[in-house]
Amino acid sequence: MRISFSFLTGMLALCSAAAAQIAVVGGTVHTSAGAPITNGVVLVRNGKIESVGPASSVRIPTGYRTVKAAVVTPGLIDAHSVVGLSGYLNQPHDQDQREVSAPIQPDLRAMDAYNARERLVEWVRGFGVTTVHTGHGPGALISGQTMIVKTREEPVARSVLVPEAMLAVTIGDSARVQQGKSPGTRAKMLAMLRSELLKAQDYARKRQKDDSSQARDLRLDVLRRVLNRELPLLVTAQRARDILSALRLAEEFNIRVVLDGAAEAPLVIEEVKRAGVPVIVHPAMYRSSGETENLSFETAAKLHQAGIPLALQSGFEAYVPKTRVVLFEAAVAAANGLGPRAALDSITIGAARILGIDKRAGSLEPGKDADIALYDGNPFEYTTHCTGVMIDGELVSEELH
Amino acid sequence: MLFRNLCSLVLWLSLAFAQDVPVAFTGGRVIPIAGPEIPDGVVVIEKGKIVAAGPSASIRIPANARRQDVRGKTVMPGLIDSHSHIGGIDGGDSSAPIQPEVRVLDSLDVRDARIQKAQAGGITVVNVMPGSGHLLSGQTLYLKLRDGRTVYDLLMPGADGKPLGGIKMANGTNSRRNAPFPGTRAKSAALVREEYVKAQEYRDKIHKANGDTSKLPARDLRLEALVEVLDRKRVVHHHTHRHDDILTVLRIAKEFNIRVVLHHVSDGWKVAEELGAAKAMCSIIVLDSPGGKEEAKDVSFATGGALEKAGALVGFHTDDGITDSRLFLRSPALAVRAGMSREKALFGVTMANAMMLGLEDRVGSLEAGKDADLVILSGDPLSVYTKVLETWVDGAKVFDRADPKDRLYATGGFGASHDQGPEIFYVEEFE
Repeated sequence: MRISFSFLTGMLALCSAAAAQIAVVGGTVHTSAGAPITNGVVLVRNGKIESVGPASSVRIPTGYRTVKAAVVTPGLIDAHSVVGLSGYLNQPHDQDQREVSAPIQPDLRAMDAYNARERLVEWVRGFGVTTVHTGHGPGALISGQTMIVKTREEPVARSVLVPEAMLAVTIGDSARVQQGKSPGTRAKMLAMLRSELLKAQDYARKRQKDDSSQARDLRLDVLRRVLNRELPLLVTAQRARDILSALRLAEEFNIRVVLDGAAEAPLVIEEVKRAGVPVIVHPAMYRSSGETENLSFETAAKLHQAGIPLALQSGFEAYVPKTRVVLFEAAVAAANGLGPRAALDSITIGAARILGIDKRAGSLEPGKDADIALYDGNPFEYTTHCTGVMIDGELVSEELH
Repeated sequence: MLFRNLCSLVLWLSLAFAQDVPVAFTGGRVIPIAGPEIPDGVVVIEKGKIVAAGPSASIRIPANARRQDVRGKTVMPGLIDSHSHIGGIDGGDSSAPIQPEVRVLDSLDVRDARIQKAQAGGITVVNVMPGSGHLLSGQTLYLKLRDGRTVYDLLMPGADGKPLGGIKMANGTNSRRNAPFPGTRAKSAALVREEYVKAQEYRDKIHKANGDTSKLPARDLRLEALVEVLDRKRVVHHHTHRHDDILTVLRIAKEFNIRVVLHHVSDGWKVAEELGAAKAMCSIIVLDSPGGKEEAKDVSFATGGALEKAGALVGFHTDDGITDSRLFLRSPALAVRAGMSREKALFGVTMANAMMLGLEDRVGSLEAGKDADLVILSGDPLSVYTKVLETWVDGAKVFDRADPKDRLYATGGFGASHDQGPEIFYVEEFE
C-alpha cells in the first residue's frame, strides 16, 4: 500500500497537535467548578485537561509548553446560536437557518447546512467561544434541528459533539405565515403542534409493533425521539402567554422543553420554576421591540434569583449585528444583577448542563476536553482582550480580540 | 414667525424648569473633556448653564448653592449622539430617491419610550435622522432630550429661530432600488450631482432677482433645503460604508463645497489616510460582529483608532435601534479595546459630535458658559459595570436611576417600551 507524502505529514501534524502538552498559567483561573484559583495552572495533555490547581501544588513537567495569561476561563459555550448556518453577508446564498416552504420541518438536520469556515464562527471563536449550540433558527413553527459543535475550522463530522441536539420550535408572532396559510394565529400554532405530536404517537405505536404497513417517515422519526424524551424541544417564546403554551405542551405530552428567549419570563416566573424547565435567556442586549418589548437587561438575574437553571445565548439576528457574542452578553448580564460568577457560569458550566455536555465541556476539571479561553484582564470588561483560545488542547487563536 | 413663537415657548419652558438655586456637584471625578480628568472636582450649574468646573481646591462654591455629594462617582458632559432614529420618526416615502423637503420635525413622537431610554443612557443631545433607504431622505433634527410634552419642548433653535438640523443622505446599497431609485452607484452619484446643479441655478436666480419679487423664482421647498446645504448652513449627514463609497462622498462634497459628516464609515480603516488628509468628520458605528449586509462586511472595532491616528475627527453614534442608546458608552469602550486612545474615545461621544452638529459652543464639554448638560456615572465611563445614575439637561434632572419610574427605562422590563402617558407633566403618581 502506498501512502502519499502529504497524507503522512498531515497525519503527523494531526498527531502533534493532539499530543501537544501545554501548561496554561493564569494569574486568576476561573474553573466554573469551585472558587477561582490565584496563580493557577491547567495542565493539558492529549487534548484533555490533566490537572488543575494552584502553581504551588501543580508541578509543570518538563517538555510542556507554557502559555500565560492574566485570566483563564473554560472555553465559552454559546447555548443558542445560528452561526455556521446564518452567514455574515446576509445574502440569500448564505442564509440556511430557515427554510420557508413549510411551517413544520423536523427532518432538517443542522449538520447538513453547517459551514465550519463561516466568518462568524471564526468571529465568536476569537472571543473565547469554543462550543456552539447552533442550527435551525427561530421564525417557523418547527424550523428543524440543532446540533452542538466545537468551533474548529474542520469538517463538521470531526468537530460535532451532538449531531441532533434539540428540535427548534417557535411560538409567537415570528412563526406566523402569510395570510391564507397556517399557522396564522397562536391558537392554531398550538393546535398544529399537538396534532403533529399525536400523529407521532400513533406512528411510534405502529413502528414499535414492527408494522410493515407503516412506512418510515423522517419527520415523524424525529418527533418520536421528542416523545421518547431523547430530544428536547427548544421553544422560542418571548410573550408570557407563549411561554405558558410551551409549558402546557410539555406537560400534556410529557416531553422535555427548553425555553428560549423568554423575554417575559419574569411575569410568569413561578410557573416556569414549577415546570422545572431550563431557560436559554435572550441576549442581554437584544432589541426591545415587538414581542420582546418587555425584555430587560435583568431577565437573567431574575431567573437566577428564582433558582431557575439558565444559560445565555447569542441568538438570531436578521440584520446587523449578524451575530452577537456571548462574552459580551454575559458581561452586560453580569453588570445588571447577575454578577460575574453566575454570568460566567451561564456561558460555561450552566450552558453545558442545559445542553447535556457537562461531562466533556464547561469547566476546567481533569478529564474534560481542554477547551480554554485566555484574557489580559477581567473577561467582562469592554477594554479587556481575549488573548488566546484553545480547543481540544490546540491553540486555535493567539491574536488579540 | 411660527418658529419665533416656538422659540419663546421653549425659552419659557426652560426657565420654568431651570433650577432656582445653583447646584454644586462636589467631590467626584470630573471628566471635563475640555481638559485633563480631575480626580477630585466640582461642577457648579446655575440657571441652566455651567458656571464653573474644576478641581475642588480651586472652585468657589456659591453660598446659596445646593450641594450634591458625588464622591466616588464620575461627572462628565451629557453624551451627544450624532445619529439616531428615536422618536418613532420617518422621512421620505418610496416615491422618489431625493426628498429634501421632508422634515423629521413633522413626524416626531415625543412620547416614544426610546427618548426616555436615551436619557437613561446619558444622552442629552441627539441628531434624529430619517433612514438610509434614499439618496436623500429628508431634514434631520437636533434635539435636547428635555422632558417634553410636545416636539417644540425638545428643539434647539438656531440664531434665526428655526430648529437646527442637517440633511440625511446615503450612498451604497440601501438607496439602490427599482426605478425611480438608482440602480447603480454611478447613477446614484449622477442623480445627486444633478440635484445640486439645480439648486445652484435656483440660488443664482434668487441672487439675480436681488430682492425684486417679480423676478424671484417660485418657492421650491426641495431646492430651498439644498440651497442651505450649498451655503454650508445645513450639514449633510451621509450614510456611507464601503471604501469607494466613502471617497465618492468626499469627491462630491468637494465639488459643491458642502459641509459633510460621514456616518458609519465601516471601511474607513481602509481609506484612513484619505480621511485624515481631508480632516474628515467621521461619525462611526461600533457593531458586535461584521456583516449583516455586504457593505458592512468589514466593519471593525479598530476603525476609531485608525481614523484617530490618521487625523480625522472621530465621533460615535448609536444609530438607535441598531445599537441601544442605553449602551452608548460601550462604543467608545470597544474602540479603546481596539487601539483608540481613551481621551479621543470620550471626546468622540461628546465634543466631536458637538462639532459635527455645529454645537461646539453650546454643548460637549464641562466649561463655564455652556449648557448645563451632564451625566453622573457610578464609575469609570468605559467599564461595563458603570451605570448612568443621573442625566441633567439645561440644569434640570431628566433621569434619576434612584426613581423607580426612571429605572424601568434604564433596565427594561414590563412597560419600558410603552409610550409615555400624560403623567410626565400633569400627574405626580400615575401608577
